[in-house]
Amino acid sequence: MPDNILWMKNITKLYPGVRALDNVNLEVQRGEIHALVGENGAGKSTLMNVLSGTIPYGEYEGTILFNEEECQFKRIHDSEKLGIVIIHQELALIPELSIGENMFLGNERKGNLGIDWHETYNQAEKHLKEVGLQEKATTLIKDIGTGKQQLVEIAKALSKNVKLLILDEPTSSLNEEESKMLLDMLLQFKKQGMTSILISHKLSEVAYVADRITVLRDGATIETIENESHNIDESRIIRGMVGRELTSRFPSREHKVSPEIGMEVKNWSVCHPVYTEKCVVNNVSFHVHKGEIVGFSGLQGAGRTELAKSLFGKNYGSSISGQEFLNGQEVHLKTEREAIEHGLAYVTEDRKTNGLVLIDTIAKNTTMARLQKVCDKRGVIDVGMENHVAEKCRTALNIKTPTVQQLVGNLSGGNQQKVLLSKWMFADPDVLILDEPTRGIDVGAKYEIYCIMNDMAAQGKSVVMISSELPELLGMCDRIYVMNEGSLVAEMESAEATQEKIMAAILRSGKRSVPDEQKDA
Amino acid sequence: MKASTKASTLIKKYTMAIALVVVFIFFSVLTNGRLMYAQNISNLLLQNAYVLVMACGMLLCILTGGNVDLSVGATLCLVGAVAAQLMGQSSMGALPTILIAMLIAAVIGIWQGFWIGYIHVPPFIATLAGMFLFRGLGRVVLASKTVNIQNTVFLNTFISYIDVPGLDSKSFHPSALITGIAVSVLLTVLMLTNRAKRAKKNYEVESTATTFIKIGVIDALIIAYCWKLANYKGIPVMLLWILLVVLIFAFITIKTAFGRYFYAVGGNEKAAKLSGIDPRRVYFWAYFLMSVLAGFSGLLVAARIGSVDGNMGNSYEMDAIAACFIGGASAYGGSGTVSGIMIGAILLGVMNQGMSIYGLPDEWQYVVKGAVLLAAVIFDVVSNHKVGKQ
Repeated sequence: MPDNILWMKNITKLYPGVRALDNVNLEVQRGEIHALVGENGAGKSTLMNVLSGTIPYGEYEGTILFNEEECQFKRIHDSEKLGIVIIHQELALIPELSIGENMFLGNERKGNLGIDWHETYNQAEKHLKEVGLQEKATTLIKDIGTGKQQLVEIAKALSKNVKLLILDEPTSSLNEEESKMLLDMLLQFKKQGMTSILISHKLSEVAYVADRITVLRDGATIETIENESHNIDESRIIRGMVGRELTSRFPSREHKVSPEIGMEVKNWSVCHPVYTEKCVVNNVSFHVHKGEIVGFSGLQGAGRTELAKSLFGKNYGSSISGQEFLNGQEVHLKTEREAIEHGLAYVTEDRKTNGLVLIDTIAKNTTMARLQKVCDKRGVIDVGMENHVAEKCRTALNIKTPTVQQLVGNLSGGNQQKVLLSKWMFADPDVLILDEPTRGIDVGAKYEIYCIMNDMAAQGKSVVMISSELPELLGMCDRIYVMNEGSLVAEMESAEATQEKIMAAILRSGKRSVPDEQKDA
Repeated sequence: MKASTKASTLIKKYTMAIALVVVFIFFSVLTNGRLMYAQNISNLLLQNAYVLVMACGMLLCILTGGNVDLSVGATLCLVGAVAAQLMGQSSMGALPTILIAMLIAAVIGIWQGFWIGYIHVPPFIATLAGMFLFRGLGRVVLASKTVNIQNTVFLNTFISYIDVPGLDSKSFHPSALITGIAVSVLLTVLMLTNRAKRAKKNYEVESTATTFIKIGVIDALIIAYCWKLANYKGIPVMLLWILLVVLIFAFITIKTAFGRYFYAVGGNEKAAKLSGIDPRRVYFWAYFLMSVLAGFSGLLVAARIGSVDGNMGNSYEMDAIAACFIGGASAYGGSGTVSGIMIGAILLGVMNQGMSIYGLPDEWQYVVKGAVLLAAVIFDVVSNHKVGKQ
């Protein structure tokens, strides 16, 4: 009889018209790292919401046993009291408060009169040490990078005397190095006897740390796979997730790179918009051929997003210098509109905050970047035509929803990403810059996005892909540039590139890597 | 199952219209039908002309992100004051007066729009400052007196009634009824041809039954309204001004790219900017158009009252804001329609008039209005944002 710390039995959760969870069973043994995998919409988050009490007792069917006692959580506070702590994908820290204040928010150390700040900061620093974060507890959250913020979240969980730590996509906004650190820390905690549940799309991470893996599909438990030896084949997990074996994770394509150059940039330098003395992009020169997919690799904060945004009509930065050529013509793009009109598209990295209007329909989002195309000369929109073209995009990109009148906010992550892509495809650019186009979406949707990228290259467009996932760069690109600390440090044909070579180029380029402090202010 | 979901979506879509009907019937009963008297029906829109007009501009401001313009009551007073003084002291003609007054409204709009759009002064603060500034300037222009308006051309431009000699008599104005019938016929033809056009291009169309029910209801309302007008003094000119403004703004928000940008910026400013929309221009135009409409309302109100004093337009901004929120504009920006806020404004008007006719004391009228506003916003938050959040 295994020693289960948690046993969720026959959990069923119904939403109007949807069976989000269908008799799900999850057994987590004491002291293990248990991975929960599944495509977007498979029910992972819903299951965790049931466990934490976000979905209160009574709104679902089934029983939860924690330490062999039945639990009926009515709110998050109830589960936290027993030591069940969830760290959500979107961090729940308040930027204007300090690390210490955040850590004890809602759980303040009380003194005789109000809050005992000495005690607060003392304890905070103790927990910061446990997660290996070298920051003062009085530092404001907004002054540290995403990677460190994630560590603060974990330290916060520790301060709550956590017994079962649940991490929802903890590495989705971290670079490879930071991710590795975080995973090693989980292994460290395991040695000290803590139990964790890891929800992740990144199967290499799952294989690396998880002892057992539970696969969810369409709201049902498919299987639990043993992974004692930590060397499970990723395709084995994928088979469970999608119900078939994905023979190839990247679609094949004919490499038809034209000798013509679609975009060229010479000696491009950009300074930080607020700290103008700080150079974010330093003397970068690159080119992209027509029909070529070029990758940009680098750690977070390497300046890739900043480079792309500054090229896109000076959306980011100050004191921008250098030359930008589109189709052989030098251009001086002063606004985003000019950039779009010159055939440049920048598909933003964060679709929710920078990419889409979530409260608008698919149709309105699709035409947003080039509304003139469905307008007459006086600027009057032909709504019928708009719906018509949006419908065409929806079909072409296989966006899974019955109508383009659906609000984008109601779609899954993968489908939202497709709406974002259709918006920029509708703008009909010659050069596309895609910033992290597959972040946070499932394997199946990723594959479809790759296919769309290949189509665009096949149409003779120049495609630039910024990504933190090395396998996808290696699998998709013709050529890869490597950036570090604002400079280009290497360029390689992807045929001869390997993950090791790219990492080596970053590390060789010298100085300590700066986490993403210099991200968009 | 299907029929019930259909009914519930229908109810959801037309909640405010249904609420309006319910409130109207409620007050009709409460006032023993006095609310339905031709005179009261005719006055309903005229009394609320400023709300209807200014709510159009306020909608644009609210669309940009739940921002409001607090200065419109003061702007209304300043522009009205200038007009009154030009016609009184300087004995200027009606047309130049109207032009100069609107020019001043435009200058106020540029002032507000510039600070808010291009210098990024928070709208709340910029318009709060404007509220004091323009109220003060208005009183300076009036020299703290009440100024009467005697210019009959000016008054007739805004508050006369259409009177066709030979056709209309003192007790009955067939011209109103004829116009009403003509408008309904025109509307029916337009809606049907539009539907046919869409069907021809294979775009989605609603079912035949829905279309005809819709047309029937709208036509019936128009003719009933015009029947009431015919029984009072005929078609008021002010009604035409209101319709002009409302139709222009409905057209802008529904049919033009320019109007779409307000929704995009309010829905997600960063995404809009990265899609080549300049949020600064959008803010500028929202506050510019708002001030122009406030100025125009100044003329309407001045004409209707027949004089201007330093307290004119006090707290009118709140009526416009309330109309928008009752009419379903989102307090977070990015959603709201002109037709919705018109219903909101008329709902407020019906309540005001109903309560006045019934004789409810002023203090209780405030209480009721506050409760209705809160209820409307609670309804909006609970029904819409719950879905959007997930």
